[in-house]
Amino acid sequence: MHKLLIIAEHDGEKLNASISRCVTAARQISDVHVTVAVLAADPSAVAAQAAALTGVDAVITVAAAANAHAVAAIWAPQVVALVRGGYSHVWGPSTSFGKDLMPRVAALLDVNQISDLMAVDSAHTFKRPIYAGNAIITVQVAAGSVVVATVRTASFEAAPAGGNAAISAVSVDASLPTHTRFVSIAQAKSDRPDLQTAPKVVSGGRALGSAENFKIIFSLAEKMGAAVGASRAAVDAGYAPNELQVGQTGKIIAPQLYMAVGISGAIQHLTGIKDAKTIVAINKDAEAPIFEVADIGLVADLFDVVPQIEKALAG
Amino acid sequence: MRKILVGIKRVVDYNVRIRVKPDNSGVVLDGVKMSVNPFDEIALEEALRIRERGEAEEIVAVSIGPDDAQQQLRTALAMGADRAILVKHDGMLEPLTVAKTLMAIVSREQPELVILGKQAIDDDNSQATQMLSALWDRPQVTCASKVEIKGNTLSVVREVDAGLETLEVDLPAVISADLRLNEPRYVKLPDIMKAKKKPLDVVEFASLNVATPGQLTATHYEPPKARAKGVMVKDVAELISALKNKGLV
Ligand SMILES: Cc1cc2nc3c(=O)[nH]c(=O)nc-3n(C[C@H](O)[C@H](O)[C@H](O)COP(=O)(O)OP(=O)(O)OC[C@H]3O[C@@H](n4cnc5c(N)ncnc54)[C@H](O)[C@@H]3O)c2cc1C
Ligand SMILES: Nc1ncnc2c1ncn2[C@@H]1O[C@H](COP(=O)(O)O)[C@@H](O)[C@H]1O
Repeated sequence: MHKLLIIAEHDGEKLNASISRCVTAARQISDVHVTVAVLAADPSAVAAQAAALTGVDAVITVAAAANAHAVAAIWAPQVVALVRGGYSHVWGPSTSFGKDLMPRVAALLDVNQISDLMAVDSAHTFKRPIYAGNAIITVQVAAGSVVVATVRTASFEAAPAGGNAAISAVSVDASLPTHTRFVSIAQAKSDRPDLQTAPKVVSGGRALGSAENFKIIFSLAEKMGAAVGASRAAVDAGYAPNELQVGQTGKIIAPQLYMAVGISGAIQHLTGIKDAKTIVAINKDAEAPIFEVADIGLVADLFDVVPQIEKALAG
Repeated sequence: MRKILVGIKRVVDYNVRIRVKPDNSGVVLDGVKMSVNPFDEIALEEALRIRERGEAEEIVAVSIGPDDAQQQLRTALAMGADRAILVKHDGMLEPLTVAKTLMAIVSREQPELVILGKQAIDDDNSQATQMLSALWDRPQVTCASKVEIKGNTLSVVREVDAGLETLEVDLPAVISADLRLNEPRYVKLPDIMKAKKKPLDVVEFASLNVATPGQLTATHYEPPKARAKGVMVKDVAELISALKNKGLV
């Protein structure tokens, strides 16, 4: 029996959607027992959400004021103490949270980490992308070493609700550093769908030319009930905030529909959208590489067609 | 601050389209253009700016890799690093080995700040910063987009999924550079000439006595699944009807 621990990402109130995808990945190992660990100031609400996921066998909580924010240097020694209690695997999502925390956990356990795990072949054999997704490697973890990994959430479906796992509080014996202090988080609160989980995404690139012009992307997305994404060029130029960047070094997403507007389709951008079901590209250059991956392509000036699309959807 | 250590990895240039070898044993690297990992240029640029503000004295560039990685270290010296260290190692490197090797250099050099890249664009591991800081038992700040030095502490803004997070950490510390930390300078010809005279030490990997567990093995390489060929539509009406057919609008 493999004992797998998933470290919950949350904001204090809500379990992050990435965790249900980690559960799906974990269940692909045969003969596995899945536990979700919730570190928080007050874990109760998040623990209840984790316990309700199908495929979760147990939820453990570690309540401490120091756990109010996910500071890797503070969480890692606690996670290590939990793992030493008898887990063969410890996984987190391949989000900014998991990427920050899990390698620190791995180093403290004196093992390597598998980054962006995208397929489970067996309890010790996995697939992951390298070179911005241009090659997929199969990696084998030596028997007997703890398998630390981040799970590429776009590769796995969300686990459905319907579980009823037992929740238990545990205490950990770990000395926590004071050298790292959380100060603040500036997050744009919006009613727009979340980029990482939305079924539809409309993304804008450098072609938008200004933050003012980029508003037509927000407006089209709103009409379509879609989340907004952006290329690195659009973020660098300040047309869109950093959390909207899609790609190798931004967010990797797998929506039903991805609409790329005025985006050329650089390798680094395509990495982020390869798992999208349907890709629509609008670009005035028929030679743009985005058309090589698009399911539906339209060669046109975006400033002409975006308002037309909006109108067509309204009418 | 006396000293900043910067990681410089030799990687396949970001413009190269990588191909998997037909026998699935690796990717084709023969004759491929190699460069400094783009995030490491950003890391170095940040170190240079800190020194130019008078907040650091010396910048040491470190690379672990083959003899040819001297080229990338020369680039770092031309950008403005004071000296360089090559830890000579041929073949695959696991992330933990990289971190332990960097730790060995940190023990020798005793820097107050280490700046690495957010990720190496070949293996896309994104682990070295977190692992090195764990081994060193010091703070980590990944994905930095703004760094301010306030005496013995750093105030760093980092790019996270939700937006921008600010952490305050005590020195010494390890940070990783994200895309929007700065825009690296171009090297000028006279600087390339000057860089030839700057010190570059070559250290044999074996001499550092780094334990290499060899715990991950890549057994098979394959190309990603190709997407089915798409269709071109001629106008918005056709686009909308194609989307309606798929039930997407
Ligand atoms: C280390 C590294 C990491 C990176 N990570 C990422 C990443 O995560 N995500 C990412 O996106 N990029 C990333 N990049 C950048 C990437 O290489 C490209 O530079 C970037 O994606 C280009 O953005 P773009 O397509 O918006 O701009 P451009 O390449 O400039 O393309 C603009 C496109 O708009 C079209 N256009 C112009 N005007 C119009 C119009 N009126 N109507 C219709 N079309 C028009 C043009 O034909 C062109 O194809 C990374 C680069 C590096 C080096
Ligand atoms: N072989 C290496 N030599 C020098 N620095 C490295 C090496 N490998 C990784 N690094 C540093 O660690 C960062 C993150 O790498 P990685 O964890 O491999 O994605 C890189 O941007 C470099 O700054």
